[in-house]
Amino acid sequence: MIRLAKDYFADQRDDDLKQLGQGLQRSDVPGHVAGTTTYFADRTFPRMLYLKMVRSPHHHARIRSIDTSEAERHPGVARVLTHRDIPHNVYTILILIQIGPEDEQVLAADKVRWKGEAVVAVLADSERAANEAAAKVKIDYEILPAVFDIDEALKEGATLVNEYHGNNYYTYDSGSHRKVRFGDVEKGFAESDHILEQTYWSSPIEHAPTETTGCVVVPEGNDRFTCYTNTQAMFFTLDNTSIILQMPGHKLHFVGGTVGGGFGGKVDVTVEPIAILASRLTGRPVSFIYSREEEMQISSPRAAEKIIIKDGITKDGRILARKVTGYTDAGAYSRHSPYGAQKGAAHYPGPYTVPNVWIDTYCVYTNRTPSSAMRGFGVTIADFALEVQMDKLARLIDMDPLEFRFINAYRDGDMKAHRQPTEGAALIECMQEASKTANWPVADRFMRMSSYKAEA
Amino acid sequence: MTIRRGRGVAAVNYPTGMNLGGDPSQALVHSTPTGSFMVTLSSVDLGQGLKQVMAQICAETIGVSAEQVTIDTADTDTGPHCMGTFASRGTHRIGNAIIQAATEAKQVMLEVAAEELEVDAGDLETDGAGNIQVKGAPSKSISIFDTALAAHFKHGRSISGRGMFLIPRSYPETETGAMKPSTCYAHACTVAEVEVDDETGEVTVLTVKNVFEIGRALNPKMVEQQLVGGSWMGISHALYETTEPYYPNRDHGGTDFNQYLMPGPGDLADTEVVVLERPSADGPYGAKGPGEMCANPQIPAVANAIFDAVGVRVDHLPITPERILRALKAQQATT
Repeated sequence: MIRLAKDYFADQRDDDLKQLGQGLQRSDVPGHVAGTTTYFADRTFPRMLYLKMVRSPHHHARIRSIDTSEAERHPGVARVLTHRDIPHNVYTILILIQIGPEDEQVLAADKVRWKGEAVVAVLADSERAANEAAAKVKIDYEILPAVFDIDEALKEGATLVNEYHGNNYYTYDSGSHRKVRFGDVEKGFAESDHILEQTYWSSPIEHAPTETTGCVVVPEGNDRFTCYTNTQAMFFTLDNTSIILQMPGHKLHFVGGTVGGGFGGKVDVTVEPIAILASRLTGRPVSFIYSREEEMQISSPRAAEKIIIKDGITKDGRILARKVTGYTDAGAYSRHSPYGAQKGAAHYPGPYTVPNVWIDTYCVYTNRTPSSAMRGFGVTIADFALEVQMDKLARLIDMDPLEFRFINAYRDGDMKAHRQPTEGAALIECMQEASKTANWPVADRFMRMSSYKAEA
Repeated sequence: MTIRRGRGVAAVNYPTGMNLGGDPSQALVHSTPTGSFMVTLSSVDLGQGLKQVMAQICAETIGVSAEQVTIDTADTDTGPHCMGTFASRGTHRIGNAIIQAATEAKQVMLEVAAEELEVDAGDLETDGAGNIQVKGAPSKSISIFDTALAAHFKHGRSISGRGMFLIPRSYPETETGAMKPSTCYAHACTVAEVEVDDETGEVTVLTVKNVFEIGRALNPKMVEQQLVGGSWMGISHALYETTEPYYPNRDHGGTDFNQYLMPGPGDLADTEVVVLERPSADGPYGAKGPGEMCANPQIPAVANAIFDAVGVRVDHLPITPERILRALKAQQATT
């Protein structure tokens, strides 16, 4: 199924590697194939407790009261946790790279902002007892109006989703959105033969890993805790746990590294802090593993996005101006979304050299499941929009879509919109090989182009 | 009812590593007294095979076989800091850290071997088969096994090294957006061929031909598994997947694999992968990060192929049969 096309860039490479460049079999594959690899959930410990989360049934509501007394009396229940038990309840994970403010509660105290938000954690001897007790937690809600949609959220006078932000969008140092400005986009439109403005949408997408998110925590008897976890980022999770629990890092020992699928779905810190706290307060091992339903609807999905692209092109196929307005639906909390929206700003206008570019990307809050990292976020949906737009532009001027891309492809030395010169480009060569492999012929002059050499 | 055929193309690039940098990873390498090598990390293998490629990078640097290298990872009591496995950063960032650590360890190893052989360390090289030899005079050699024993029990030296890799963080200029998002980019071009049933709106992806430029392919078998898997995920994103089929309506969300649509084996296209290798300037042995990129170009390629087949645009992912039928109906109403 794979073919290495060694003719391309042969002058850029010394093919002299010994251990690398070889298709050696993975050392972990026999275990994976035979089903003998040990994952975190394969560990069980005597007296282990099972954590079950009581979640909001409402999209947006004020919490009037929480009554856990009946749940606490349920047979097998060891402890019931609320926001009052969390040392530093309001957090945000990217605070580690100075992207605040803290905007999310580990366990909701005063409000819930999405259907599924964690409010009360129940710990019991068995999963069954934990589930039964969770059903006995009584929470009195005052339902509030909710905002579900990017457009709705940004309207004047829209219901405020998240008080920690004060607006229904993330505030960057550049204001309500991240900006890229290059050339003069209005002049570019004025000089164009055709202008095309189109809007693209996507819906949230689940990572759908084989192994659901979770951890197992064991108290080591010296106020130190070992957390077996399938996080994608050990110290990122440890450091956030340290902040939330106000525990010095040396009290925390994380063990992981063998994960049944991540795709970005295991970089939110949603299970470890509460499970470690539960272990600390009970002195017992604690297991907190998402059910498949929680993985599907509670864990962060890929964000829904709305992308508006306006292009000006000449009749012979040059893009003169590109203006992009991108909206990331973060749901109720930031998690990784401000980073993702910013990554989108860096990615536009795609792998093409465009002399006039205007980019605005927004991270928007709605009363939805918080979205977060997922394979390619900031780029995947952008590429869908950009490349469908490229197809429409080519057809608009009756040009072959592949040839249209050759005309505009970036090459080494071209200045990008974010003011970095292009280095290491290879788009042209990929398209040349695709032309051959897919039997999609293009004019000879495109087959003679190069990303890095002066043309013959 | 007509089955209509179309094809579409898309071309993309993708940055390696965390956007704007500032994402360090460290590695420690040491030899055991019998000359095998331990690489200690806190990095996570998500199932993509991180441990294998890291072993090969260490082996290449030191000049031993990959089997002699053990990856000990993801225990925060022993492994030095790693930002995490995401943003297509693993091979690039951690690989570079391992090269630095392994280079330092190799230097000590060669110094010990030089003393044993009574030659200059600069005249020595590894043969890739477990020995250290004098350049140009391979008969004058010592095994790595004996060198490691001698280092530990005779010379009192630790064959070990520390590695670190960090792309300094870039801060976007607020008004212009001037910034350095990444130091290297992978590339791809995909051509997809589809059949669309204009009565049911159902799409069958017939073939997906992907060309990926990923810097050096450090383990072509693992490159294949990742690129083919990514290509399938791209098809899945284009046609099937969402937690909320009627977004922004919150209802009808799938809660298990019966309700959450993904392609089964019968839905997968005939998939071809061609790999181009333009070494990156700062990657480990020229590698880039293709992990995320490889699932992207199929989405617009399939969307464009559907238009080519039936002449309607669905600009909202996923492109479900329902959306195609509604678009066809709207098209008929206007013609």
